[in-house]
Amino acid sequence: MRWHRLSAIMRKEIIQISRDLPSLLIIVAMPLLLMLAFGYGVRFDIQHIPVYVYDREGSQQSQDFLKHFQATDYFHVVKTVDNYPALIHALDAGACRLAIVIPSDFSEQVKTGGPVSVQALIDATDNNTANVSISYSEAVIQTYNRTIQLEWLRRQGQAELQSPLTVDIRTWFNEDLESTANIVPGVVAIIMAVIGSFLTSLTIAREWERGTMEQLISTPVTPMELMVGKLVPYFVIGLLDTALCAGMAIWWFDVPFRGQWSVFFLSCTLFLIVVLSLGYCVSVVAKSQLAASQVALIATFLPAFLLSGFIYPIDQMPAFIQLITHLIPARYFMTIIRDVFLKGTSIPFLLDDLLALAIFALFLTILATRAFHKKLS
Amino acid sequence: MTNHDTAPVIARDLVKRFGDFVAVDRINLEAQRGEVVGFLGPNGAGKSTTIRMLCGLLRPTAGQAIVAGYDVAREPEYVRQRIGYMSQKFSLYNDLRVIENIRFFASLYDVPASVLKERESWVLDMAGLNGRESTLTGTLPSGWKQRLALGCAVLHRPSILFLDEPTSGVDPISRRQFWELIHTMAAEGVTVLVTTHYMDEAEYCNRLVLIFQGRIVASGSPAELKQGAMTGALLLVECEPLGMALDVLQQTPEVADVAVFGNALHVVVPDAKAAIPRLRTALSQQGVTVTKMEPIRPSLEDVFVSLTTAQGALGKG
Repeated sequence: MRWHRLSAIMRKEIIQISRDLPSLLIIVAMPLLLMLAFGYGVRFDIQHIPVYVYDREGSQQSQDFLKHFQATDYFHVVKTVDNYPALIHALDAGACRLAIVIPSDFSEQVKTGGPVSVQALIDATDNNTANVSISYSEAVIQTYNRTIQLEWLRRQGQAELQSPLTVDIRTWFNEDLESTANIVPGVVAIIMAVIGSFLTSLTIAREWERGTMEQLISTPVTPMELMVGKLVPYFVIGLLDTALCAGMAIWWFDVPFRGQWSVFFLSCTLFLIVVLSLGYCVSVVAKSQLAASQVALIATFLPAFLLSGFIYPIDQMPAFIQLITHLIPARYFMTIIRDVFLKGTSIPFLLDDLLALAIFALFLTILATRAFHKKLS
Repeated sequence: MTNHDTAPVIARDLVKRFGDFVAVDRINLEAQRGEVVGFLGPNGAGKSTTIRMLCGLLRPTAGQAIVAGYDVAREPEYVRQRIGYMSQKFSLYNDLRVIENIRFFASLYDVPASVLKERESWVLDMAGLNGRESTLTGTLPSGWKQRLALGCAVLHRPSILFLDEPTSGVDPISRRQFWELIHTMAAEGVTVLVTTHYMDEAEYCNRLVLIFQGRIVASGSPAELKQGAMTGALLLVECEPLGMALDVLQQTPEVADVAVFGNALHVVVPDAKAAIPRLRTALSQQGVTVTKMEPIRPSLEDVFVSLTTAQGALGKG
């Protein structure tokens, strides 16, 4: 490898990128847009479930009960209706997810000790939201039951209700249980995968498409010089984009960064080498920019999104799919980046994942050097 | 390893097949130092394929190419340091400035930093691009682009130059300038192999190689080709009506070949003196008015047409 040829290739790539508006937009605007879109768009917290109420009694007691629903952040009582069909209509139209019907003998039955059944109609199209609605509703009713019991006991002249067991909960790493803290570091990983492979997927294909490859391979430049010369500028760009995304995660989305920057830098370097080499291999094989960019996106974005543990926890997947995830480099990086951000994990605990990334990086760079031949067709 | 006695370019039984299609069929050739060898032939005859095999850009199906004393298949990198190549399609970077393209290729060709400045100005002078150093290459007129491409291909002062249709799509004045450049380099000892399908350009070559359907059908200097390749004499016949005359002459036994050239006919016969009176009689008997019938020197186009029709007939038979 000769330095003057290597630096000539790097200089040429940088000049070309700096004069190509689409490339510049991808480098600058895409990370920003993706960070905002994913950072705000992907939420696992279920709050403000819309609720319709049909209170057939309309007593002091029933209104008091409904206040318990209104008091939590999980429910949002949108409307009170005065007939059953209106309730059904609201569920059909999707105006609410939960419809509550209070019977006409509510207060009387409560007074005599029940049983009172409050009807809850749930739109279970989205099973996840439905499950959450059910458990939240049950929790609200439990609390209300306790209030009634306490009052009843007090009236009987009894002492306080005994509840000797309490749970002392400490949430670690993501104290406020916010899904943003879990998602945003993952988004950084996804953006790196997409941008890294997308940009490099164009570099070799562009030379074939524009006919410049024929001149290039008639010179003494070696395949190694060509690869390194083309990847180094994108590596630097990739690191800058990573820094931009990490900065947004920390200062815009308020995700805590508890780890060491050196660990973060090391893992980002390995992961960038993986995605850049992958994009380069695709580019060598595809020979057209359109095909190359599509293949690169499908090969990196989808696995990084679905199989890395970004959305679906890997230990909840079927065993077979879990096996497949071991072949997805993003899986290892996803673990590392979340741990580094939230837990502040140091290298000894991440050794397995770092090693796996290093193996992928080595394998793909070797593949990239072998894939390219200085021959036409 | 380099043997200075051998010719700079040697092709031995070069064959290239693409599937069932034989693009190049056992081509043998040698080019000497300072020689300008022109590959002439119709599109798809195998000219570019041959050049690409000689440059090491395509792997031959069979045969051997020895360029600058090195076997191209075994030591392509040694060969690449000693040759300059200009492809059919413009293949410099349109989004780079003129000087950036020059510097880029100078680095790839290992031009030492000590002579870089001198080479840069040499190429700019040669291509007539002084004052255009910072023009974006894509905005140059095509003649200028071709000169720049040639300049970039010779930055490392190669001893052998391969040019694949270097003047296609270039205006006549730029073409002449381009050929002057080629001759200047040849005079300095550079071996030039150039493909073209412009007949007038063929006259600029020291030696021509006529390629048709992947095979060399004739080779020699333009003068040799014009004399030797055609058996018999060539007559120019101006007459009216042309179509009738064509029919009559085709049926006359002593006529070897007839072809329409503009508003006249070119007729090949074994002996001009004997044929002229007989042909005049035959034509006037059929009511053709002959205004002119005289022996002429064949052009390269005549040679080319005559050779390819002969080959075509062979191929069919």
